[in-house]
Amino acid sequence: MNYSNIFYVLASVLFILGIKKLSHPKTARDGNFIAASGMLIAILATLLSYGKIDLQMILVGMIIGSVIGATFALKVEMTQMPQMVAIFNGFGGSASALVAAAEFLKTGDISAFTMGTIVVSIFVGTLTFTGSFIAFGKLQGFISGQPIVFPGQQVINALFALGLLMLGFYLVQEPNEMNFFYGVIIISAVLGITLTIPIGGADMPVVISLLNSYSGIAAAATGFVLMNNGLIISGALVGASGLILTNIMCKGMNRSLANVIFGAVGLEQESSQGDSGKQVSIKSYSTEEAAMIFDAADKIIVVPGYGLAVAQAQHAIREVAEFLESKGKQVLYAIHPVAGRMPGHMNVLLAEANIPYEQLKDLDEVNPEFEDCDVALVLGANDVVNPAARHDTSSPIYGMPILDVDKSRTVIINKRTMNTGFAGIQNELFGFDNSIMVFGDAKDMLQQLLKDLKEL
Amino acid sequence: MDINIITVFILAIFVGIEIITKVPPTLHTPLMSGSNAISGIAVVGAIISTTIDGGVGTYLGLVAVIFATINVVGGFMVTDRMLKMFKRK
Repeated sequence: MNYSNIFYVLASVLFILGIKKLSHPKTARDGNFIAASGMLIAILATLLSYGKIDLQMILVGMIIGSVIGATFALKVEMTQMPQMVAIFNGFGGSASALVAAAEFLKTGDISAFTMGTIVVSIFVGTLTFTGSFIAFGKLQGFISGQPIVFPGQQVINALFALGLLMLGFYLVQEPNEMNFFYGVIIISAVLGITLTIPIGGADMPVVISLLNSYSGIAAAATGFVLMNNGLIISGALVGASGLILTNIMCKGMNRSLANVIFGAVGLEQESSQGDSGKQVSIKSYSTEEAAMIFDAADKIIVVPGYGLAVAQAQHAIREVAEFLESKGKQVLYAIHPVAGRMPGHMNVLLAEANIPYEQLKDLDEVNPEFEDCDVALVLGANDVVNPAARHDTSSPIYGMPILDVDKSRTVIINKRTMNTGFAGIQNELFGFDNSIMVFGDAKDMLQQLLKDLKEL
Repeated sequence: MDINIITVFILAIFVGIEIITKVPPTLHTPLMSGSNAISGIAVVGAIISTTIDGGVGTYLGLVAVIFATINVVGGFMVTDRMLKMFKRK
């Protein structure tokens, strides 16, 4: 009857093919283009097959949206990518919720099944919307990155959730009761906020991945409202993608999802710092002395942490690495799953500095490489190289997979100060016999190091 | 209630898990922004919801069209911008 469904199937196939091509950096750009063509087909098919639409109004809306979207896409800094994805998740979620709300307001008989899907769509979409804006605020620094907690928070959240369930249930029974409808929207919006504010800045990668998944689930739920296969398939793909990334992030921190959402980790930073108390004696070297160690090395593994990106030192490290390679040395980069502020973030930051992707190794790939590595250069990373995660059962990061830098012959660690990492604990690695500290801003240190290397 | 549509949903989740686990960690950020753009498929729903004649629903539909288009256009464009940067030696 409605031939647009054929085009939705085609669009879904193109989305799947597009994501398949994301399995390699060589084909990834084509993949993105294929997925975008799928979207274009879906939009055109919809515009052409629904007769009663206000084409002029839709075009105006699409032009406004395109200009805003394109501006974001062209202006955003790579370090701000998590914020941008967060805010886009919010737009996606709210679009789904708005469509479901529009369907609800359309008068006529609504079956219990459709009403149920409308409630789910409005709930997930609205929660994604408010949650994403809180996540955006935290990442951008508008809201404190510290977990915001108050007594009885979990109880209040539980009461909200219970209230929402009841309102949703009544709304399915009595679809004409507008107050139930408004109630569902308000509670969903509040829940999005109260569930996100207690989560610390360091756990934002998990939250963004989760909100990404929610935006997909909201789209799928809207697909059920409209009985539209295109929305259901695409929403399911995005939902699955977000969940997989959430899982990877949780594993990277050895935390359960429940612990991330309800644990408020990062709050007792100062007290745990005091508890650890163990003072480590360190060796501090100048860049000149460090240059001599690099000169004698054959294999060097760089461990970039977020501090590197904060110092905008990606280009400086590439210059150092290129110089070392010109001397016949091998340089690799070890990327921990939670090195950046979102999944794969560090890889993008390094790619932006023209570092070839073949040199970027993930945790499982790179850990055996440290055995015969001469120098591991740790730049602004801390918790992800803390050996306490392997043996100290009392450590808050115990069990977290780490990069085994301590297995290299020499570990050179650059930090601005002796401050602790996100987990708020002192790193015993700094006191190891094969560890050397070089203090200073990452960018300045690397530029000085390059100068010293050239003078050798 | 239509069992076919639920079948489609469940199978799509399995396909999603199958293809997404093959995306290497290096490309996880573009995967996220790209899948973000795909969730902008809500624009299709938004267009359909403007078919209602007049009333609040139409305006909700219009706002939904704007939001979803931001998602689609911004998502695909920024993904392309990132993927362009991934170079070989």
